[in-house]
Amino acid sequence: MTAGKIRTVWHAIRAKARALREIYEGLYVTPYRSQIYRAYLQERDLFLLSSFSDLLGAPNPVLFYTLELYPELIEQFHEWHVRMGMPQAPEGGFRCC
Amino acid sequence: MSAIALLVIGLAAFLTGYQLYSRYIARHIYRLDPDFVTPAHEFEDGVDFVPTNRHVLFGHHFTSVAGAAPIVGPAIAVIWGWLPAFLWVVLGTIFAGAVHDFGALWISTRHKATSIGSLTEQIVGGRARVLFLLIIFFLLLLVNAVFAVVIANLFIANHGAVLPVWGSLVVAVVVGLLIYRTRVGILWPSIAALLVLYVLIWLGQYAPFALPDVFGFAPSGSQLQAAQGDLSVAQEAASVDGVRTGWVIVLFIYAFFASVLPVWVLLQPRDYVNSHQLFVALAIIGLGVVLVNPEIVAPAVNWELPADAPGWFPLLFITIACGAISGFHGLVASGTSAKQLDRETDARYVGYGGMIGEGTLALTSILATTAGFAVFVGREGWVEHYGTWARASSGATTAFVNGVGVLAEGVGIPHTVAVIFAAVVVISFAATTMDTGVRLQRYIISELGAQYRVRIAQNRWVATFVAVVSCAVLALGLDRGAGGMRLWPLFGTTNQLTGALTLLVVTLFLARLRRPVWVTVVPMAFLLFMTTWAMVLNLVRYWVESQMMLLAVGGIVFVLELWLVFEAAAVVRRVVRGAVVVGGRG
Repeated sequence: MTAGKIRTVWHAIRAKARALREIYEGLYVTPYRSQIYRAYLQERDLFLLSSFSDLLGAPNPVLFYTLELYPELIEQFHEWHVRMGMPQAPEGGFRCC
Repeated sequence: MSAIALLVIGLAAFLTGYQLYSRYIARHIYRLDPDFVTPAHEFEDGVDFVPTNRHVLFGHHFTSVAGAAPIVGPAIAVIWGWLPAFLWVVLGTIFAGAVHDFGALWISTRHKATSIGSLTEQIVGGRARVLFLLIIFFLLLLVNAVFAVVIANLFIANHGAVLPVWGSLVVAVVVGLLIYRTRVGILWPSIAALLVLYVLIWLGQYAPFALPDVFGFAPSGSQLQAAQGDLSVAQEAASVDGVRTGWVIVLFIYAFFASVLPVWVLLQPRDYVNSHQLFVALAIIGLGVVLVNPEIVAPAVNWELPADAPGWFPLLFITIACGAISGFHGLVASGTSAKQLDRETDARYVGYGGMIGEGTLALTSILATTAGFAVFVGREGWVEHYGTWARASSGATTAFVNGVGVLAEGVGIPHTVAVIFAAVVVISFAATTMDTGVRLQRYIISELGAQYRVRIAQNRWVATFVAVVSCAVLALGLDRGAGGMRLWPLFGTTNQLTGALTLLVVTLFLARLRRPVWVTVVPMAFLLFMTTWAMVLNLVRYWVESQMMLLAVGGIVFVLELWLVFEAAAVVRRVVRGAVVVGGRG
């Protein structure tokens, strides 16, 4: 058997092993994917609320610091206010939409 | 009769059913279309609707539907002999259960992955939706109560199982944390968890734990009567009641917290470890049967039934529920699996194939109890164990775990360790079902609270508390838990009713498509007839024995049953009026 053939067989074996591993890991993730994602969204929403509560009228003593997160969270902020039933950002300063 | 022969016949029948009958249904009745755009593609969102590899979905579906029930039912039903149990498991799986699961998955896929509950409302009508919710509520109530008693009885009979079962909770939490808080992946933590679990099972024999009796009940009248005046024997029986009560309370406290924890902390890793256990157990039992090849000592049909045992016809069909057909599977198929079906043609493999897996589990239970258990206790011991209906019911899992012990011994596992392994498998399945059951009951109570504007019922702690207490009262209300297994036929009935309701929905949809409906009408009519008849016999029995609690719960289930028969009759009338030909070409 040539080196090329050995390499081909080796690649085929690795591909099969990868596929099997994906099935194996998929069995862990699949049953609870949606429940965990919803729990994650809840946590993220709470974090956003505590970071930018000023936008909803609740004083936030650490707004000066949390504003630094603004560039990082701008996309999430947009998804959040849409999910909260506000099609437009509650404050004009946030240019997410 | 050799156990190998029965195993081969059963597996060959399942294979034939899958290859021929399911293919016929897929082509000519459900008419699966490989080009149909499934909801997983149409509404793909990466969360609920995700096109999933069919092997992953099969594994998810099979491990979700397989639990302790297909083990317990056949382990009781072999009191009537192995043949009725075997025939109902094999034929029921092929012609009823698998058609039901396959149908639920298919109809949900054709309705934007809607759940069976919502489909009932859409297709049958609003009244049937209420019926559906009530049946589900009672199903959960009964399953939680029964499984608490099953686990408590196993802990009492297998002190060595206590350490691995509770230890596995710690292992599961560690696995959950490792997977979600670190970047180690899934493969290695789950393999390590399995290894630790097997070490705990091995250690269990050296660290048995017996829960002390803190209640100190006085012997009941029936216990004194059974002891024939020997007070110490009666006191011992009362002490077992105290221990059982203790375990049931501990289990519901556990279920309370387990069902409010985030799923990734406990339920998800535990479920995963259990899935491995399921496949390992099936492999060990199958291999054990082949290597040991024990004789089946149970009679083919037991003509000399104990005085307290009801006749097999029609009680068999509600005693073996999940091993032949189960309405609970329809909830899984329509609720989650349908949202992840990549191609419609995968429904046959996932739905029909998943039920074949469940039937195989029930078949192993028949083999373990009629052959393996008999090797352990001898022919006389087997006859003595199944000498009363009460003992056959309360000791069903004991027969199974000892039977598996013998079969696993043939594979090279020491008997004591094998028995603990089997007990851990059954307890883990039952406990996971309890976790999920209490969680679902919490949701139902919260939903009802929202619908009728009862704010306090929407609080998750209050809703969980109500769910747990109602189940515990039911579990302990019958002779301090000693009679908990008498709820089993009621659980079986409620489960079959849910199945019949799903078959009704599929039938009506097939009729609307002007396709042959006999594939679903025949099992539906069979189920309704058998469960109604069995329930009448049960209610008469409860009345004669003055079992008021059973009479009350059974009465409610019976009313639900009559309601379902009424709905089914109305549907048949509609089908006939619409000139849809039953058994004709669609």
